[in-house]
Amino acid sequence: MSVTTTAAPRATGSRSGLGRLAVTELRLFIRERVGPIWGVGLPLVLLVVFGSIPSFKEPQRDFGGATKLEIYVPVLIAFSIALLALSSLPTVLAGYREKGVLRRLRTTPVGPARLLTAQLVVNVAVTMVTVIALLVVARVAYGVALPKQPAGFVIGVLFAAADLQAVGLFVAATAGSGRTAQAVGTLLFFPMMFFAGLWIPIAQMPGPLRSISHGTPLGAAVQALLRASAGHWPNGWQLLVMAAYALVLGLAAAKLFRWE
Amino acid sequence: MPAVIEVRNLHKSYGDTVAVDDVSFTVQEGEIFGILGPNGAGKTTTVECVEGLRRPDRGEISVLGLDPQRDRAELTEALGVQLQDGALPDRLKVGEALALYSSFYRAPADWRALMDELGLASKSSTMYGKLSGGQKQRLSIALALIGNPRVAVLDELTTGLDPQARRDTWQLIEDVRSRGVTIVLVTHFMEEAERLCDRIAVIDTGRVVVVDTPAGLTERVQTEQRIRFQPSVPFDDALLTGLPDVTGVVHRGDVVVVTGNDNALNAVTSVLARNNIVAQRLRVEQASLEDAFVALTGRRPETEQHANQGRAARGQARTGRK
Ligand SMILES: Nc1ncnc2c1ncn2[C@@H]1O[C@H](COP(=O)(O)OP(=O)(O)OP(=O)(O)O)[C@@H](O)[C@H]1O
Ligand SMILES: [Mg+2]
Repeated sequence: MSVTTTAAPRATGSRSGLGRLAVTELRLFIRERVGPIWGVGLPLVLLVVFGSIPSFKEPQRDFGGATKLEIYVPVLIAFSIALLALSSLPTVLAGYREKGVLRRLRTTPVGPARLLTAQLVVNVAVTMVTVIALLVVARVAYGVALPKQPAGFVIGVLFAAADLQAVGLFVAATAGSGRTAQAVGTLLFFPMMFFAGLWIPIAQMPGPLRSISHGTPLGAAVQALLRASAGHWPNGWQLLVMAAYALVLGLAAAKLFRWE
Repeated sequence: MPAVIEVRNLHKSYGDTVAVDDVSFTVQEGEIFGILGPNGAGKTTTVECVEGLRRPDRGEISVLGLDPQRDRAELTEALGVQLQDGALPDRLKVGEALALYSSFYRAPADWRALMDELGLASKSSTMYGKLSGGQKQRLSIALALIGNPRVAVLDELTTGLDPQARRDTWQLIEDVRSRGVTIVLVTHFMEEAERLCDRIAVIDTGRVVVVDTPAGLTERVQTEQRIRFQPSVPFDDALLTGLPDVTGVVHRGDVVVVTGNDNALNAVTSVLARNNIVAQRLRVEQASLEDAFVALTGRRPETEQHANQGRAARGQARTGRK
């Protein structure tokens, strides 16, 4: 055996390795299958289920003339974002920690920031794909109008993704094992989905519940998306609530992040 | 030569367990420095403090003039690490892992060449979870070298490798050293330490017992030879016991075992020749590094069986002295 002494030409040109890390994590995400099936597949299946219920396609006075299906498209988008952020992300990271993958990475020049950023990039990319798929299927198959304020909608989705990912990262950073992370993520998922209007649309909630919903990460997200669908910019406070969660929990996650 | 690694009065406890209790040593540039010791001696804890993975309770560590805790970014560029218990995601392929890790460094080695050298080329698209233990180990060695490090710390370099792969790895390590890379090697294999290391620190219960060359260590245990043979005809023990270099003669069946100093072999063979006795199946056993280890720590190396297999392959035997 002999050892090559020459350094290889920089293959990627990416000094940081972030690009390659993100691409690798995306491949692993797809190979694991759980993320694509739950985070992408399940919301689409729910859309098809809701879309085949006739009453969902009748305009409702409660929703200002919108159909129930139109209300549910943003809820399903929130559902997908939440599944990816609260189930997939913490499980992956806590699993890495448990197995010693993070320990191994820690001996390299990759810091926690780059690792977490790569995870975020992957999840935001997958979120975008899901959102587009949901909007297209809803439009083509069930005639649901595309968001009337597209830029506002995209901003809403990005804020929602950042907001939820921060919650997920916080869970991943602090949970001891992959199992705990999964359990905590699931525990958070259901109340958050409730306040996002999965079971009762937010507009039909009693006053106090509606107020709570406004302050939850997913409730704010769904309302921002609903406004954008109807042609308005998201409210300042909706973006503020999401930004606050993203910032506070994101920083706390980076600070508390444990390699072992 | 300048010191590449300096460890002074390192101390590290886990709760009530004192893992490292005052360890000091210096590693010179370009040398292969071995760390030898029984299970739980504190070897891994020591090198993980050097790598910056663990924070020492007390003591000072400097690696290439860097502080492993404070100067992480610079240290990780220059220090290659093989962990005793690291892992990769199960579904990551070998080639992907190498390409990924090489992208982390400013001036990485050619990962394809490294993959070839470690005999992993045919496994390039195999997932990590599907590799055999020895293949994972080889990948782990490749990842330790992928950043073209100036210093490599290898914890249990060849544990889990078959004899051929072990020898290939030793060759690889010698090649790496010949490029001027300083190497710290934690090992249980006496043969490995003997073959590769310039100096060895023997660690026991968190303390450095001694630092010396492999030859220096074996010299520390009393130098005594055992000569074993089947005489062609019976003879009177007095023939041998009368020799000044011989300390004892014992019969075991038709085998005679003579103990004595360095000159005993010469003296015994000439006396036998003069008396027309042929010494059949003549074997000489010398104090080995393993004897030194046992004498210094009062314990057998844990992986004795494997070590002995390697030893037998080399046609060496051990004295079995306590
Ligand atoms: N994370 C930990 N928490 C608690 N105790 C630990 C931890 N890591 C190691 N120890 C203890 O510290 C002592 C030294 O362990 P260490 O892993 O450094 O030994 P070692 O010399 O590398 O052993 P081996 O040859 O088995 O690898 C042992 O008693 C071990 O049980
Ligand atoms: Mg160890």
